[in-house]
Amino acid sequence: MRKEAFGPPSVSARKARASRIPWDAAYQNLLGAFALFVFVVAALIVYECARGASPAVLAYGWRFLVSSDWDPVAEHFGALPYLFGTAMSSGLALLLAVPLGLGTAVFLAELAPKGVGKVVSFVIEALASIPSIVYGIWGFFVLAPFLRTAIEPWLGSHLGFIPLFQGFPFGIGMLDAGIVLAIMILPTIVSLTRELLLATPRSLLEASLALGSTRSEAIAVVVDAARPGILGAVILALGRALGETMAVTMVIGNTNRISLSLFAPGATMSSVIANELTEATTALHQASLIEIALVLFLVTLLVNAAGRLLVLWATGGRRDVAGAA
Amino acid sequence: MSPARPELPVGLSWWRRFGNAAALGASWVCAAVVIVPLALIVWHLLAKGLPEFRLSFFTNLPKPVGEPGGGMANAIVGTLILVGLGGLIAVPIGVGAGVWLAEYGRGRFAALVRYTADVLAGVPSIVVGVAAYGLVVAPMHRFSAIAGGVALAILMLPTIVRATEEVVLLVPRSYREAALALGAPRWRAIQEVVIPSASAGIVTAIVLAIARAAGETAPLLFTALNNRFWSLQLDQPMASLPAFIYDYAKAPYEDWNRQAWTAALTLLFVVTILSGILRLSLRRSQGGR
Repeated sequence: MRKEAFGPPSVSARKARASRIPWDAAYQNLLGAFALFVFVVAALIVYECARGASPAVLAYGWRFLVSSDWDPVAEHFGALPYLFGTAMSSGLALLLAVPLGLGTAVFLAELAPKGVGKVVSFVIEALASIPSIVYGIWGFFVLAPFLRTAIEPWLGSHLGFIPLFQGFPFGIGMLDAGIVLAIMILPTIVSLTRELLLATPRSLLEASLALGSTRSEAIAVVVDAARPGILGAVILALGRALGETMAVTMVIGNTNRISLSLFAPGATMSSVIANELTEATTALHQASLIEIALVLFLVTLLVNAAGRLLVLWATGGRRDVAGAA
Repeated sequence: MSPARPELPVGLSWWRRFGNAAALGASWVCAAVVIVPLALIVWHLLAKGLPEFRLSFFTNLPKPVGEPGGGMANAIVGTLILVGLGGLIAVPIGVGAGVWLAEYGRGRFAALVRYTADVLAGVPSIVVGVAAYGLVVAPMHRFSAIAGGVALAILMLPTIVRATEEVVLLVPRSYREAALALGAPRWRAIQEVVIPSASAGIVTAIVLAIARAAGETAPLLFTALNNRFWSLQLDQPMASLPAFIYDYAKAPYEDWNRQAWTAALTLLFVVTILSGILRLSLRRSQGGR
């Protein structure tokens, strides 16, 4: 698979280099130590989270994940509101970003005139490079008031019979977090999907057109062929949304209630850690927060592994595409 | 790439005609909608950030609420120090590990390291912050710039490792053979021929990693914390732009909120300038990919 950088040296060359071999070995070992360090860093993260979380794990066991009682004063800790908040905000983000992202990717891969394609690609790259905190400040000062005064009252009066759209329009809350997250994961979906579409054999498109398809029907064939990889791209985007912290912390409202309404404030796993870790006074409170970090780590690990495997498999092992996320 | 716009087949039923137009139109609409958020964000950053965007803001220290003329000099310097510390730790390790993977990386251990780098790239930054808190802050019993630097270094590491491996693998085999044929031992062939030929790509990777780290907030919350005063001590809490933005945006004072916008604009400038350098050097090294 991997090309040998150096062939086996000939006998005379080996003799000539014999005196310098300790240097070669030392150099190789030094670089190898750096590589080992990469592994050690990852192991240390796991170890630190596991060690810090152990008091909470011992105290609550599995109950920690299904109890919704989070009361630092009475020392009761249950992570359910945060699991729910993370799932709901990320789910909402996917719901908004996937159709938009797929449409844009199809546009970039198949339809865009050269100049327009360049502009859209630039926008996607720019969105990817904006720091999370900048999204947060925008979602907090601009998007939230707009949702509160315009969007949420309208949704409430027209679709208010659905529980999702009931309740007081706070502006800050799940809807705000979902929209900001959707914008943040768009670049992941668009750039990966575009690469996957471009990697699909052109003959599919041409054959479909030759059989009398319209352009959109031919593109549908291409998208269908790229489906497993696209699923992988969406899963990688989900991984990004799950762990996103600062933007969400600023716009979600940070209350540990479970509410079905999109207008209600909530909290996510990452936002509760960001808010409470430095202020946790008791050991159990801190351990509970670190256990949430551990759970978040494991969940994103699984999600990212699944997404990366799908994309790798779909592109025939091109790490550059899978690594782009 | 795509074939010339194909003619629609003759005798097409009206709903296939309509379906085609609707699907292609929807795709155009998606691309147009994607532009909206970026335009809005940039517009609001400029509208709300520019009024305070003057020299004194970059040279003054934060002032108490209500006192005019507060600035964020300490936060700018703090961000530079934190990112510099992170780079100091991550660059040698990352480049070394990347070169090792490209030149010697065969077998099970190399596959493990490669997989670990991919895993590290996906770890949420807040989890890295928690780990750095446990590793550095708890033993030292205080928040410090060092802890912040360690957290940022962990975030930079996977980007540098993976990109370095890629660009070193791109160096032609003949370069190595030529160096060996001239009698250079393998380590000198790598150190003095392979790495310099790959240096443009390696620098690109480092800049990319630094640009990303400069905007990170979550891992700094419980490592470097924040500091309202001028401090260059590495074992003390240190200010940073992202932490400054977070604190000032949350505060209930309009004056501080305005300063948060200006700080956000500044942060975006820093990141944009860095990625601008990146794009230029990419174009030069690969002929624009």
